Amino acid sequence: MKISIKRDFDFIEYNVDMQDATLLEVIETIKTEQDSSLAYSSGCRSSVCGSCSMRVNEKEVLACAYKVQDGDVVEPLKNVEVIRDLVVNMDKALATKKRAKTWLQTYNKEAKLTHEDEKTNALQSDCILCGSCYSACPVYAVNEAFLGPFALTGVWKYVSDKREAAPEEKIETIQKNGVWDCTLCNECTLVCPQNISSKADIEKLRMRSSMAGYSDPNFAQNFGGGLSF
Amino acid sequence: MITDVLIIGAGGAGLTAALAAKDAGASVRVLTKEYPTRSQTCMAQGGMNAALGNVSPDSVEEHIQNTLKSAHGQANEEAVRYMCSEAPNAIEWLDEIGVCFSRTPDGKIAQRKLGGASAPRACYAQDYTGLKILHTLYERCLKEDIEIHNERYLLDLLTKEDGSICGALILNIRSGELEHHFAKSVVLASGGYSRIYDKYSTNSTASTGDGIAAAARIGAKLLGMEFVQFHPTGLKNSSILISESARGEGGYLLNSKGERFVNELAPRDEVSRAINEQILAGEEVFLDIRHLGEAFIDENLPQERKLALLYEKVDPVKDLIPIKAVAHYTMGGIEVDNKSQTSVSGLFACGECANHKVHGANRLGGNSLLEIIVFGREAGKSAAHYTFCDDKSKNELNCKKETNFLDKLKSFSNEIDFYEKRSYVGELFYKKVGIIRKESELLEAQKEIQLLKEQLPLMGVKDTSKVYNTNLVEFIEFRNMLDVCEAVVSAALERKESCGAHFVAEG
Repeated sequence: MKISIKRDFDFIEYNVDMQDATLLEVIETIKTEQDSSLAYSSGCRSSVCGSCSMRVNEKEVLACAYKVQDGDVVEPLKNVEVIRDLVVNMDKALATKKRAKTWLQTYNKEAKLTHEDEKTNALQSDCILCGSCYSACPVYAVNEAFLGPFALTGVWKYVSDKREAAPEEKIETIQKNGVWDCTLCNECTLVCPQNISSKADIEKLRMRSSMAGYSDPNFAQNFGGGLSF
Repeated sequence: MITDVLIIGAGGAGLTAALAAKDAGASVRVLTKEYPTRSQTCMAQGGMNAALGNVSPDSVEEHIQNTLKSAHGQANEEAVRYMCSEAPNAIEWLDEIGVCFSRTPDGKIAQRKLGGASAPRACYAQDYTGLKILHTLYERCLKEDIEIHNERYLLDLLTKEDGSICGALILNIRSGELEHHFAKSVVLASGGYSRIYDKYSTNSTASTGDGIAAAARIGAKLLGMEFVQFHPTGLKNSSILISESARGEGGYLLNSKGERFVNELAPRDEVSRAINEQILAGEEVFLDIRHLGEAFIDENLPQERKLALLYEKVDPVKDLIPIKAVAHYTMGGIEVDNKSQTSVSGLFACGECANHKVHGANRLGGNSLLEIIVFGREAGKSAAHYTFCDDKSKNELNCKKETNFLDKLKSFSNEIDFYEKRSYVGELFYKKVGIIRKESELLEAQKEIQLLKEQLPLMGVKDTSKVYNTNLVEFIEFRNMLDVCEAVVSAALERKESCGAHFVAEG
């Protein structure tokens, strides 16, 4: 079986004799038996640490959860700096969480979560920060400052949490380079290994933004001229 | 620039320590060889113990007694009392910072029963408990503006002439440059050493005992290194963990004949030995959760279904899951007192790399997440306090100069492939320093490790590039693993009698 891996300058083809193996198992075998200079990240092997996300045939996958097919083409994530081979620098992507303030800001002591409340954001808190959605997002081609899918999903997690006493602060934070910059193309949803839909979370955040009196700046720009004469 | 508190490791223990040290008023810097959210903590599934009594009556005293019993006389009662008494506070704090614990129908934090517990005591977030705690801690660190440096690998701890700590020598994995991080105190939170068992371990590939090896090199005492916990239900082919919650929720263990052969909720050491006996007798062993039903499995054990399908090609809803017992948690580590202080002045340790004497010879499921929060906080506070109060932290920074391993490495010859030796060590340890130990086999293993240590200069790295050289990092990890192996096998040889996870057979 042959697979191509993007190295620093070019694709290199490797021949491996493995059946029904995950991509991570194949890459590990290449590293330890054929080419010790191959660089990649991995950790848990069980789809929960988010280290081994990469692109196969132009689609984001976790290498530990993807079964290799003959002829697969493997590349690093997009929209982030490639450090070497399949290793990318996630610092810039992770910084979106800080800009978006994805944390519980003010604890509401009175809030009493029910079994139903738990379900409102259980899925969002399954995020493993693998960066697949960040890589698949086309908005970064035109706006580097976009907060991006996983950060906005993180914001929804806290906005929808009854324990957060000041959700309006979070809504304010995501008006610029945030909810309105998403094109709702759904690419993030298609690649999420945890079946999270950031697109759906962004739509919910837009609705909350509208309820708080914010409006789509693109909309305002297009029709804003009407009042001036 | 000198930091007050330098924290090495950014799992649950390291991040909790960082928050506590910052809260105490110290300047804090965190270094991690990966990223915080990728550490071993994210793999903890079952839950975190606290005697809340939300599901059925429970008490802190029972939690203490269960923990002491499982520890086989190797725990310090005062430390266990402290940890168990602090547990309800720890859960309350995690709830306050946003951890999404699963809830009961009446809105209390849900609890499930894990092995060795007299009541449902483990608070959980589906089977993603560790992941959700870790991510929430990380978010809290972002909120508190904690300085975190990713992909920095610990080479050595730095000490002054008087033997007290003064920082760490770090390899910046990305640039390949060496960095000196000076600090008044250091907290090691660098994780356990289960990866010495290589593919016979549930752990992340990063659990290579780097911090323990580095601490030992500067004279810190290690304790209980022979106590390695084998988890009863690793997947047969890949050693990927199937959570104890599968048994906690009512899963059975069956042999090839379809017979149950052990109380599934006995402590892990007993269950692992029973599985091992079956396998040695030629049986296959399976976990059976079919009777729990698809809806229940999807709601409460979603990860387990996914992993069984992916790695064993079985659907637990209708198939048996083939399993074996594999190395999972290492109770041994750097000896610390109740304030998380090691035997080296200014060096603190918490989490799996430390031995706070709370797990003794066998850890209870649900006590490791508890430990990292309770003692992570203690370590952070103590390290901050040390920088404010201890005169040694104010001594001038005269780091001892020593040649580091990287310099020596330049002359290594690369005749022997260390990757091959790494998997060889895993096999060797699983067979001879594993679930059942015999003195003769321990001696053989000791000899083998000795030989490999001597052969290290014949190994080395093939990849000579500076940037992101994982071949280099893995070789240094291997060197640390050999040091840890040596400590494990000599501790095992010293303990002649069976005790918890250390089970001695004649021969």
